[in-house]
Amino acid sequence: MPEQPPQERVKNFLEVALGYSLEDAKAEAKRCLQCKNPTCQQGCPVEVDCKTFIKFVAEGNLDAAYQTIKRTNSLPAVCGRVCPQEIQCEGHCKLKPTGQPIAIGRLERFVADYFYAQQKGFACAESQQTSTDLKVAAIGSGPSSLTFAGCLAAQGIKVTIFEALHEPGGVLTYGIPEFRLPKTIVQQELKGLEAMGVEIKTNYVVGATLNLDDIFAQGYKAIFIGVGAGLPKFLNIPGENLIGVYSANEYLTRVNLMRAYKFPEYDTPLPEGKEVVVIGGGNVAMDAARTALRLGAKQVSIVYRRTQKEMPARLEELHHALEEGVTLKTLCSPVEFKGNGEGRLTHLLVQKMELGEPDSSGRRRPIPIEGAFEQIPTDLAIIAVGTRSNPLLLRVTPELKLNKWGYIEVDPDTGETSIPNVFAGGDIVTGAATVVLAMGAGRVAAKAVAKRLLG
Amino acid sequence: MGFKILGKRVLIPERVSELVIDAPEIAQKTKPGNFVILRLSAQGERIPLTIADKDPEKGTITIVYLVVGKTTALLETFGQGDEILDVCGPLGKPTHIEKKGKVVCVGGGTGIAAMHHIAKGHAEVGNEVISIIGARSKDLLLFEQELAKFSAEVLVATDDGSKGHKGFVTDVLDNYLQANEVKEVVAVGPVPMMKAVAGVTKKFGVQTTVSLNSIMIDGIGMCGACRVSVGGEIKFACVDGPEFDAHQVDFDELMQRLRSFINQEQLSYKQFCECHGKEKK
Repeated sequence: MPEQPPQERVKNFLEVALGYSLEDAKAEAKRCLQCKNPTCQQGCPVEVDCKTFIKFVAEGNLDAAYQTIKRTNSLPAVCGRVCPQEIQCEGHCKLKPTGQPIAIGRLERFVADYFYAQQKGFACAESQQTSTDLKVAAIGSGPSSLTFAGCLAAQGIKVTIFEALHEPGGVLTYGIPEFRLPKTIVQQELKGLEAMGVEIKTNYVVGATLNLDDIFAQGYKAIFIGVGAGLPKFLNIPGENLIGVYSANEYLTRVNLMRAYKFPEYDTPLPEGKEVVVIGGGNVAMDAARTALRLGAKQVSIVYRRTQKEMPARLEELHHALEEGVTLKTLCSPVEFKGNGEGRLTHLLVQKMELGEPDSSGRRRPIPIEGAFEQIPTDLAIIAVGTRSNPLLLRVTPELKLNKWGYIEVDPDTGETSIPNVFAGGDIVTGAATVVLAMGAGRVAAKAVAKRLLG
Repeated sequence: MGFKILGKRVLIPERVSELVIDAPEIAQKTKPGNFVILRLSAQGERIPLTIADKDPEKGTITIVYLVVGKTTALLETFGQGDEILDVCGPLGKPTHIEKKGKVVCVGGGTGIAAMHHIAKGHAEVGNEVISIIGARSKDLLLFEQELAKFSAEVLVATDDGSKGHKGFVTDVLDNYLQANEVKEVVAVGPVPMMKAVAGVTKKFGVQTTVSLNSIMIDGIGMCGACRVSVGGEIKFACVDGPEFDAHQVDFDELMQRLRSFINQEQLSYKQFCECHGKEKK
């Protein structure tokens, strides 16, 4: 698929991947073997019928292709962009051993974009007459709740989503940058859901503005908790509260949700940095690093205590970051942030590491090289080492059973929590994971709720 | 669909005003110590403001703000009938209130309004509330009458001596603690004031609670902008606070962190004032 060249795209926030033309898409779809026993669908957390939709693309019947995807996937334009297809549908493709699996993600994206570009309206997303007395609620408007809502709305159940922030979308809105997932795409998907009768109420912090009992008292028959993970982890090293040290959540929220890159037209200030370090090796670290480059940083380094091979980021994200000029400082473990007299960050001190024996995760454990330190000059450090569960709803709902990590415990077959008719899914159950796994959880819960309400 | 301003009272012209906002669901849940996040326009930032009072029956919350920058200056142009785009809350842990005896509530500047709701909560459970409030001069004192309604005493300090004790609230507090047995001191105001209060009460070994005004974005625990060091640990003012044990808080770090975006904030305010033909204060 064609991409914006790296030297150009670091100057803008436009999408990196440019998408297929109709001819490209058809040609790619025609390569599909149309297996008798397809495995691609099994690799998909939301069970998209890949074989059928690809056949429709090959035939040029894009409406049918869209409807096929939409039957199980509420957010096709999003998934086509941010799913780790290499370990899901494409990872299960029978052509995978040839090194050329069908580009299912790209085809999905093409179908969704084509459909929206034709302005087909959203009513055709097979919505039925929404029932007036059967209503359920979802908390949070990220991928798990949106999927939950989409699945139930398609079956005529009215869904209301309560979102804490002023804008819906969850991580799709505040977290994933524009160049990976344009906000217009998210808005289109949201409009599609609204056209199916899904209602989104912003500024509702469940656990503060309302609690679960209030929602049941309003006549909702079931509640899905999809509030995401939340609280950013810090490193607990000296100097971490210096001015210039941010969580990736804060940095990305300022830029994506609050549009700080348009300061002062938008009020929220942008943390500026010329020499940026990003700590962590996951997708969020890549997003933060690439965002900083686009916002004028001269040098962006990713500091990671293992090696490139162990980085949890998707290969494609890491590859894009490197192409754009992000440098890697691997086998470096942060020890201390150092600042000037005004409390502003000037350096990051790191301990050099080497790889030892494999640890419990199977990855080789990094061990410090005695006496080997490096001072990295920096005026902006972004910490992207994961999140922990958000306590807001959990602490006012003591009946909700949690696991030892503080996430909500659910029945894996239904997503139901220890409270009857309260379901949960996504990062608040699994800890930080991917968009599509959260969507899969939303779908599992939706099936269980539909079965209970509709019989 | 925004949140309607039902009433506005100018407390100090062009500096401090009080707004009564229609927010029935928030009012229902609000407890002393809670705050809300406001956003005024589609380009606006999210700012935290402590809830100064509530009326669950009328469905209103009351906030008091000091004009310090662009957003509060813009808010000052709003009047009765105008709508605030987003109001989110009530956020933060409520004040821990139990019947314990004599509680001294110290408020400085706009912090007096925030302190008011906490003091009222203590009075409602039967604690004897002594309010100590301070400002530069008597015209800048807030909520004196409101506090008098439930306080056993309202003690006043002004820098210029125009009312009450000439000097700081900490002088008054120090004197009071020398002569009285006090179970808890609550302090809300500028960071230097809260730090000074913590210094005084530590001498007397009196439990002290402060309400911190860190920079926030979401206010629901997601970003960590509001983090403060309390007892050497990172705490988030939005979900772990905003109230903390004053003797554990690193006030110097908080003061520094409040200056994180000082240049951008000044630029933004300056542009706003130029557009609105105002002198920057």
